[in-house]
Amino acid sequence: MELIANFPFFSIILCLFSAVICSVLRGRGAKICTVVAESVLAILSFATLWYVHLLEKPVTFMMGHFPAPWGNEIRFGTLEAVMATVFSLILLCAVLGGSKFVNRDIFPQKINLYYVLINLLGAALMALIYTNDIFTGYVFLEILTLTSGGILMIREIGRTTLAATRYMILNLLGSGLFLLGIILMYDITGHLLMANMHASLKVLIAHGSYSLPLTVIVGVMCVGLAIKSGLFPFHSWMPDTYGFATPTSASILSGLVSKGYIFLLVKIMYRVIGIDQEILSVARNILFVFGLCGIVFGSVFALQQNNINRMTSYSSVAQIGYIYMGIGIGGTAGFAAAMFHILAHAITKPALFLANASLIEVSDDSPVFHDLSGAAHRNKTAGVFFTIAAMSMVGIPFFAGFTSKLLFSMASLGHNPAKTGLVLVILAISTILNTLYFIRTVIRIYTKRKGDLPRKFSMRAELPGWIAGVSLAAMNLFLGLNSRPVIELIEKGLLRFQ
Amino acid sequence: MRNLINNYEEVFAIVLFGIGFVTLLFHQNLIKKIIGLNIMDTGLYLFLASMGYIYGGDAPIYAENAGFYINPVPAGLVLTGIVVSVSVTAIMLSLSVRLYKRYGTLNLDEIYLEARNKINER
Repeated sequence: MELIANFPFFSIILCLFSAVICSVLRGRGAKICTVVAESVLAILSFATLWYVHLLEKPVTFMMGHFPAPWGNEIRFGTLEAVMATVFSLILLCAVLGGSKFVNRDIFPQKINLYYVLINLLGAALMALIYTNDIFTGYVFLEILTLTSGGILMIREIGRTTLAATRYMILNLLGSGLFLLGIILMYDITGHLLMANMHASLKVLIAHGSYSLPLTVIVGVMCVGLAIKSGLFPFHSWMPDTYGFATPTSASILSGLVSKGYIFLLVKIMYRVIGIDQEILSVARNILFVFGLCGIVFGSVFALQQNNINRMTSYSSVAQIGYIYMGIGIGGTAGFAAAMFHILAHAITKPALFLANASLIEVSDDSPVFHDLSGAAHRNKTAGVFFTIAAMSMVGIPFFAGFTSKLLFSMASLGHNPAKTGLVLVILAISTILNTLYFIRTVIRIYTKRKGDLPRKFSMRAELPGWIAGVSLAAMNLFLGLNSRPVIELIEKGLLRFQ
Repeated sequence: MRNLINNYEEVFAIVLFGIGFVTLLFHQNLIKKIIGLNIMDTGLYLFLASMGYIYGGDAPIYAENAGFYINPVPAGLVLTGIVVSVSVTAIMLSLSVRLYKRYGTLNLDEIYLEARNKINER
């Protein structure tokens, strides 16, 4: 049992080692190495989950030989373990599902480098989830930014390079602001470990000193991470980035990378500042308003698109808005809803992007709606995967999206009547808009054109994609049908998150 | 006002941060954007280093009859930060090279226009 306490550290170092090994392998070998590493990562994360669930308290793991105020720490409870398990499974599905398109989109001699980047990204994600040191958080945040820029720009067409430039510029602005926040916080508290920072901040806030600098710090950190995760007014990098990247990259960027930043923000809110502090409420209200704007505008923009990938990207703007809305509602219920939606969206969006790629492939490589007519008849499995994911996005019962919408509305009740009303109205509007653009697409891909026959695919090339699609759909149905244990794990984790 | 004069290093650092931030956000030329990024990061490192420096303190190396040391942690953070900003700069420069090869200009507005016009290129 003692050994399992080391697993979070193992999972970070495993990804790093796998990256090193991939760099000397050829394309196919690198892919196999990555798949094996991600599978082991999923097993390690699940074992961690099981361990902390039995232990019923979070574990603090000392990194290196120096104890708390000086050394570095990893800290994990049920919430972190749930996130790590789901994230590693999705990483695995994205790598499997998109491998066919990776071979198409990337120069053969660069494919192993692609898998190096994927592994480094996995390491950075795991470190962001587990770390208890704010500066380590910053360093891995930058590694996450660099690797996500890398998996974007490795597809060498002009628009992808342009999208990568834009993505990097906005992300670097976000990192700069976040670093400013960390530095100011360090200057005020004199610590870098989250627990020690929290202890000194508590004293400072009780005395009422440094109230202006603390407000600035909270604001700067929130804005920095909001830019990086693509909250509404800062969403301009999203459509190009997701629309032109190779499907694996689009799935990982939309499903995991932006969620990593949000998770770090929640961690800072809970563990550094303390969730019941007054200074957070202003920031949370602002995030709430922008989240609501994001939901409406993201859906409206999605409705205007004529390109299936861009439509799916704008739908991500709306979904990020949901998560920030949950953070804004506050309380354990609000945060639990936000965390559940992180999982639901992280499962649904990669399925959509992978299905999109298969549908586009049988429509003469054109993502425009007109050419997609009948695509689901030409590629039946992709049509089914798209429909399942679309139904989850709309919020039809039995799918993950429905449960998270239910959780959001339940969380909004009984706090502030104005907030309750706003949340319910916006949820209703957004459901209508989601239905409009997703059902329109589903009808479009099932409208048969003359001479649409199922294409013949080679079993060998399609099998990984099917495995990924089936597992993503199964996870989606699991979260929709049997959400209670997951919600309980999340709520338990949040209660012990501090 | 007196506070501003007493903490002139920090004030200067924040001014540098602002200059870099605005350049990175609003300038259209990619190379100038990258310069802005570096100015922004330098401002932050100056802020961090000046906060950790204690006047009259020794270098943080153990000696028999030393008085007191300056805080070594910010220096370590600055070193880490410099490594991060060097790698980010390298990636941004390589992206600029690639964009220049393809579009023949470093002005982002012109690149956007040209990319929009090429409709066939998805």
